[in-house]
Amino acid sequence: MSTPDGIPPDSAEGLDSHVVVDRDAFRLDITLSAAPGEVVALLGPNGAGKTTALRALAGLVPLTGGHLRLDGDALERTPPESRPVGVVFQDYLLFPHLSALDNVAFGPRCHGASKAEARSQAAGWLERMGLAEHAGARPRSLSGGQAQRVALARALATHPRLLLLDEPLAALDARTRLEVRAQLRRHLAEFEAVAVLVTHDPLDAMVLADRLVVVEHGTVVQQGAPSDIARHPRTDYIAQLVGLNLYRGRADGHTVHLDTGPSLTTTEILSGPAFVAFPPSAVTLHRDRPTGSSARNLWRCEVAGLETHGDQIRADLTGELPLAADLTTVAAAELDLHPGAPVWATVKAAQTHAYPA
Amino acid sequence: MTTRTARPARLQVTGAGVAALLVLSACNSSDGTSSGAGSSASGPAKVSGTVTVFAAASLQESFTALGKKFEKAYPGTEVEFSFGGSDTLAASIVSGAPADVFAAASTKTMTIVTDAKDNASPPLTFARNQLEIATLPGNPDKVTSLKDLTRSGLKVVLCDRTVPCGAAAQKALDASGLRLTPVSYEQDVKSALTKVELKEADAAVVYRTDVRAAGDKVDGVDFPESADAVNDYPIAPLENARNAEAAKAFVALVRSAEGQRALTEAGFLKP
Amino acid sequence: MTPPAPDTRKGGRRPGPIRTGVPFALLLPALLGLAFLLLPLVALLVRAPWHSLPEQLTSPEVWQALRLSLVCATSATALSLVIGVPLAWLLARTDFPGRGLVRALVTLPLVLPPVVGGVALLLALGRNGVVGQWLDAWFGITLPFTTTGVVLAETFVAMPFLVISVEGTLRAADPRYEEAATTLGASRFTAFRRVTLPLIAPGIAAGAVLAWARALGEFGATITFAGNFPGRTQTMPLAVYLALQSDPEAAIALSLVLLAVSIAVLAGLRDRWMTAS
Repeated sequence: MSTPDGIPPDSAEGLDSHVVVDRDAFRLDITLSAAPGEVVALLGPNGAGKTTALRALAGLVPLTGGHLRLDGDALERTPPESRPVGVVFQDYLLFPHLSALDNVAFGPRCHGASKAEARSQAAGWLERMGLAEHAGARPRSLSGGQAQRVALARALATHPRLLLLDEPLAALDARTRLEVRAQLRRHLAEFEAVAVLVTHDPLDAMVLADRLVVVEHGTVVQQGAPSDIARHPRTDYIAQLVGLNLYRGRADGHTVHLDTGPSLTTTEILSGPAFVAFPPSAVTLHRDRPTGSSARNLWRCEVAGLETHGDQIRADLTGELPLAADLTTVAAAELDLHPGAPVWATVKAAQTHAYPA
Repeated sequence: MTTRTARPARLQVTGAGVAALLVLSACNSSDGTSSGAGSSASGPAKVSGTVTVFAAASLQESFTALGKKFEKAYPGTEVEFSFGGSDTLAASIVSGAPADVFAAASTKTMTIVTDAKDNASPPLTFARNQLEIATLPGNPDKVTSLKDLTRSGLKVVLCDRTVPCGAAAQKALDASGLRLTPVSYEQDVKSALTKVELKEADAAVVYRTDVRAAGDKVDGVDFPESADAVNDYPIAPLENARNAEAAKAFVALVRSAEGQRALTEAGFLKP
Repeated sequence: MTPPAPDTRKGGRRPGPIRTGVPFALLLPALLGLAFLLLPLVALLVRAPWHSLPEQLTSPEVWQALRLSLVCATSATALSLVIGVPLAWLLARTDFPGRGLVRALVTLPLVLPPVVGGVALLLALGRNGVVGQWLDAWFGITLPFTTTGVVLAETFVAMPFLVISVEGTLRAADPRYEEAATTLGASRFTAFRRVTLPLIAPGIAAGAVLAWARALGEFGATITFAGNFPGRTQTMPLAVYLALQSDPEAAIALSLVLLAVSIAVLAGLRDRWMTAS
């Protein structure tokens, strides 16, 4: 078995895994490790293999290769029921024929507790989740947020050393989501073992996780602290998630020559392969070619599409440099923007950010 | 349970027998011993078409052979049989089943038809059947009398009292003052026999004709009490026959010397 | 079906289904079908010997046969549940070579004439049967002509209904509940017992009712395998058939009893189980 990059083999605490799953034409091959108390988010587009990774960690999908160690114990061949792993499923999968209390008591019962003992433990968990008065309720009478907390309580009640959460907030509407996200963050912060959550929502990932692992096409494309990822996206997918225009090129001093042709001037001094990123709000649009502008980054573009983002208009531009630009509704009206309209786009060098690729 | 006699496979097997019967038939018509209204000589002119015969299950082998003989004697005719429990057949005739001839295994069942006035002419007894004990091949349980069947540990099947063979067996048992508890009252005589053939039962009280038809799969044991319960087999052409001429001719054939010979060969007693 | 008119939508509070026109091309055959199924039952009621019914039904033989029928059909259903539900689970939840063939074989008793089924049971479990001869030799057990034989014959014919029904329910049920249970520490059997079984209970109940009804009406396999002896193997259908030979009125009376009992039981179960699903 190979030692995963960067993780010393003797690190006994926490999660140390190299998950390889082959399925039909798809191959998942990711290295994932985490220290106790750490919350790691697997972030990626649909079909990237996030859920497969989660199921492999839970033992619901066998590993084709790699290894899985939790607090030093090898778990590759351990059946799911014997793994110290708790799972919160995407749509929670609360047993519909059992009350909230018995759902939570299910795990302790399976681990050998007596019925009374399991129920008293479960009651404690529900209390902690602020659900004591819903103990007797059937899952179908619970709200989305309550069901999510019952699912979390159920997973935690077996005292797992690895907690897995599959899109924990996806089933909720926008309003509950905000509230539940905050609660979940608190519960995860209290959780002393490893938590891995899967999401395609960057906000969920950034709020809940200490570290992001971005997965695309079955492999890890970037990982690091949420703030670092937000500032230094390395793939178009991440750039889109964090709302940045991202280009790849070759830096030469203050200039980055983009692979697609044009150049960008930045304040950083770099050489070699580099990324340049800037937010859509850094883009200024002009009807006519600006004269006397200090902006060195000037491109002739055409409006491809417009959409409203709150009180802002997001313009998708094609042309010399495809980019997204944000402007106010008033500005959009003054510029008479419509699909097909020619515009000039400028970006101040100070608002761009270049970093080595 | 409708059997067409004109089945090629069957013809192959019994081809020789049919040829023999044909010769017999020719002799009969020449010496004029055949009874009935239409003699064979004038028969082919008047008798044609399909004749449907409802007959007791125990007549299956002998009537199938007679059917072939009939078709040879009257070219252009076809005999269709429906074999089954006499009571079931009688009930369906009364309910309007399309039959030309009815041959029953008991006078009691024929009464159902005559009571409904569904017969064209009074029924005539054409054969009699006697009970016999069917045992496993080689008679391993050494059954020699009706009384032996009452031995404990011996699995005996009887026909249900509602069917003629069961009624007859009960009559014989009552006449000799025996009490017999079978493991099963079978719904018809063939089922009773099958249980012995499959060795699920040690013995069954069935008709002699059935023992004969089963060949070496069972052994037959005669018992004197069977004389007290001899079944008469009546036959009658039916009122609503669609082919009255053929019906009469078939009844005549059954009662003729050659018909009797075929029935005797199958184990029936002469009336 | 035609979409509802806009104004009915607006009203919105109308209880019950929205009334839509039923095409004549469907209505006519539907009514014919209904009539075809009900007419024989109506005829049975019309021709029933109502005047002699009390006397027919007070005979101990009738109650003996009815009791035996109920006991055997219920036992056969219980046996089908014990061995049929796991079989359905195996077919629905596991993958093994030849599973399709096994499923086809399971349904075979559905198409097999029951009498042939009875003969097959004799050849397998009879005193001289492939397995039966050893049962007899080693344990002194013979099954034909016994009440146990009746239960086995009925189970043989009725169990496929249960297996098919439960398998269908299992396939429709979300297997991820079982996965959720295993991540909570449940073995596959515990997951089946504590999660899957309660979830598919309505399907099991429906299958059990089907199997029970089929077992109650079983005739061919029973009379062939278990024979006919009052109180031991003579169930209602056998009694009806034999009565038909000599006394059609008695047969009709017996049939009415069977009909009444099955309607009563099915209606009772419907209220308690079926509507819950």
